[in-house]
Amino acid sequence: MTHPVLIVGASMGGLRTAEAFRRFGYTGPITVIGDEPYAPYNRPPLSKEVLAETVSHEAVAFEQRESMADVNWVLGTRVESADLDHNVVTDSNGDIHPYSALVIATGLRPRRLSVANGELRGRHAVRTLDDAIALRADLKPGARVVIVGAGFIGCEVAATARTLGCEVTVVAPGIHPMQRSLGTELAAEMQRRHEAQGVVFRLKTTVTDLVGESVVEGVALDDGTTVPCDVLVEAIGSHENTEWLEGNDLDLSAGVLANNDLRAMRQNGDPWNDVFVVGDVARFPNPAYDDDARQIEHWNIPTETAKRVAQVFTEQAQGEFRPIPSFWTDQYDNHLLAYGVLALADHVKLIDGDITADCVFGYYRLGKMVGVCGIGMRSIVQSYRTNFV
Amino acid sequence: MIKIDVDMAKCQHYGQCVFEAPNVFELNNDDKLEYTATAEDSERANVEAAIDVCPMQAIRIVE
Repeated sequence: MTHPVLIVGASMGGLRTAEAFRRFGYTGPITVIGDEPYAPYNRPPLSKEVLAETVSHEAVAFEQRESMADVNWVLGTRVESADLDHNVVTDSNGDIHPYSALVIATGLRPRRLSVANGELRGRHAVRTLDDAIALRADLKPGARVVIVGAGFIGCEVAATARTLGCEVTVVAPGIHPMQRSLGTELAAEMQRRHEAQGVVFRLKTTVTDLVGESVVEGVALDDGTTVPCDVLVEAIGSHENTEWLEGNDLDLSAGVLANNDLRAMRQNGDPWNDVFVVGDVARFPNPAYDDDARQIEHWNIPTETAKRVAQVFTEQAQGEFRPIPSFWTDQYDNHLLAYGVLALADHVKLIDGDITADCVFGYYRLGKMVGVCGIGMRSIVQSYRTNFV
Repeated sequence: MIKIDVDMAKCQHYGQCVFEAPNVFELNNDDKLEYTATAEDSERANVEAAIDVCPMQAIRIVE
């Protein structure tokens, strides 16, 4: 009997991998194991439009293609360990899953605040459908929402909560929201747009403790003040889900190190022949930029990496893997679209439009464009995409 | 022939589909999505790829 291609992680990366294996002609068995009880669903709406409505699996579920009919989905099951030398993983029920090839698609989970009063209720993260359902129930008009973290997720939740009539405070250590990605000028403009909607920023500030008896009532900051709080949202980044891989010959120092074919790397620099990595958890070199292996937490990367793995596995890969990262974010009526790796830039400048209206920024490293981001002006933004191909 | 449907209530005109299936999708001068409702079977793979990359998951093939 042929052991299946085993995909660990049943989110978009896992689904796209299964689809791509079928599309590129693999006809053998495929098993997908995921710890959430749900079939794969689209996460971005969970901090945006779906969070503003009734959150349900139906609203975000990926359409299941016919090619997925014979895939064995093992949902609600956490993988606990892997033995790559013997081609098996073990799940939380103690079941052992042998594989012919393993695809690591376990992604990330939210980092949480490390505070003394951490057991208080009323704390939220935004990653899973269940997270969003719980948060949505608490976003009542007039609720005092404190969001810790001013990255994209934090800012999207801020906009959604404000639109729902909540009082919103954003606490973050940076100078402007989303500054690390967007650069100072665009980040400052986005801060102005949030403030015009009534969001209060407490920047250059960190949380020292939570205040309350059984539920969070306030958030204590390092400047000695306390922000009243009914709903706490922690959007302070993420951890890679790689604990289950510990003890194997891998580089797990940040995600799972892989080569340009997404084959997991041994510590001596040789690739595993039958172990692949896709999605947020994959740290791989992209020759479109340089030789440095990076994790790219953008929505199009699971799809791109899944396709590459299927091509490599079926010996149809050609040339280098040079995906163009892309992201978008919706905050009020501001629709941002970007290509490239903005955070690599040493220089950012306005290249089209008006910063107070629609605009396009270019991101440069050593004079070479590494990214482009616009508010509106899609056609112009897209016209720069070829700069990175 | 394949029949294509875009849920314009979901579509935010990000235009990612344009790169995957340029014969089917385009952004017009106002940056709004326009698409052909039917296409040759030879476009199926491109439209499937467009479905994958749509941020809003607004595209479907309805046969």
